[in-house]
Amino acid sequence: MSETQVKENQAPQFYLTEDHHPENSTMLGFWLYLMSDCLIFAVLFATHGVLGRNYAAGPSPADLFDLKIVALNTAMLLFSSITYGFAMLQMERNARMETLFWLGVTGVFGAVFLALELYEFYHLILEGAGPTRSAFLSSFFTLVGTHGLHVTFGMIWLVTLMVQVKKHGLITENRRRLMCLSMFWHFLDVIWIGVFSFVYLLGALV
Amino acid sequence: MSAHPLPSHESASETHHAHSHGHGAGHGSLKSYLIGFVLAAILTAIPFWLVMDGVLDSKLATAVLVMGIGAVQIVVHMVYFLHMNPRSEGGWTLMALIFTLVIVGIALAGSLWVMHHLNTNMMPMTQDMMKNMP
Repeated sequence: MSETQVKENQAPQFYLTEDHHPENSTMLGFWLYLMSDCLIFAVLFATHGVLGRNYAAGPSPADLFDLKIVALNTAMLLFSSITYGFAMLQMERNARMETLFWLGVTGVFGAVFLALELYEFYHLILEGAGPTRSAFLSSFFTLVGTHGLHVTFGMIWLVTLMVQVKKHGLITENRRRLMCLSMFWHFLDVIWIGVFSFVYLLGALV
Repeated sequence: MSAHPLPSHESASETHHAHSHGHGAGHGSLKSYLIGFVLAAILTAIPFWLVMDGVLDSKLATAVLVMGIGAVQIVVHMVYFLHMNPRSEGGWTLMALIFTLVIVGIALAGSLWVMHHLNTNMMPMTQDMMKNMP
């Protein structure tokens, strides 16, 4: 009795014939993760809101921030959002090379964003306005640095997925992963709206 | 160019909704991505212009406008890039979002409110105390 069962089980049977759309709860689960990430940023925003005017007789945002670089940074992140959207559209068309191309363009914009942010941080620290200078700068580096860290991990994820798509094509698993990264990437752009409005523009204003 | 007549806007959006029914992240179309991009670019440019060129005399008005436009841009990103709609995942993504927004509101407003009161109720510091600070 058990033998026949084993024999039946030996022939692998897959019922997942539908591979066009992943119908599962991964997207909802990933959305919940993003919401918890949102809480992390909310707490960091609150910290910056409380400490953002405590300069300890040090430099104020108006002395430090170069809004032209911030505007360029914002443009880079916005461009990377739309190019990731183009990659998703190509993925739906099942065009592997085009998807890879737009993912690559997204990666370039993301890398330029990170380079500009590191350049800004480097100059701030060089001017003596590092995270240890005042409470304002501590909260600034924590908030913007956490966002930059997210973008860095998004870049690692992006490159990993490009290798996966190159190797295995646009299979169901890779589509699901690309959709998760899409949400992550657009979410980071949403957080950046808060950063440039609340930290940079309002900071430079007062 | 195909020989078929292009579907009207209504029917196109109808088929789109039917297509994306039940997914967490519905799919956008080229058109929706471009609309979102143009809106986001405009909504980014306005606050930078307001602050960098000092358009308004009142700083308070500028600050309120910057934050207001930022909030609108977040909604634009949610709708056109993250494809949020009340139907995705049976409404659970929206529920999670609303819950998060409530918590974010409590955390932000509560922190600012409490810390502001702590600051204003602090004993004012005299020059003498300043000198003897550790």
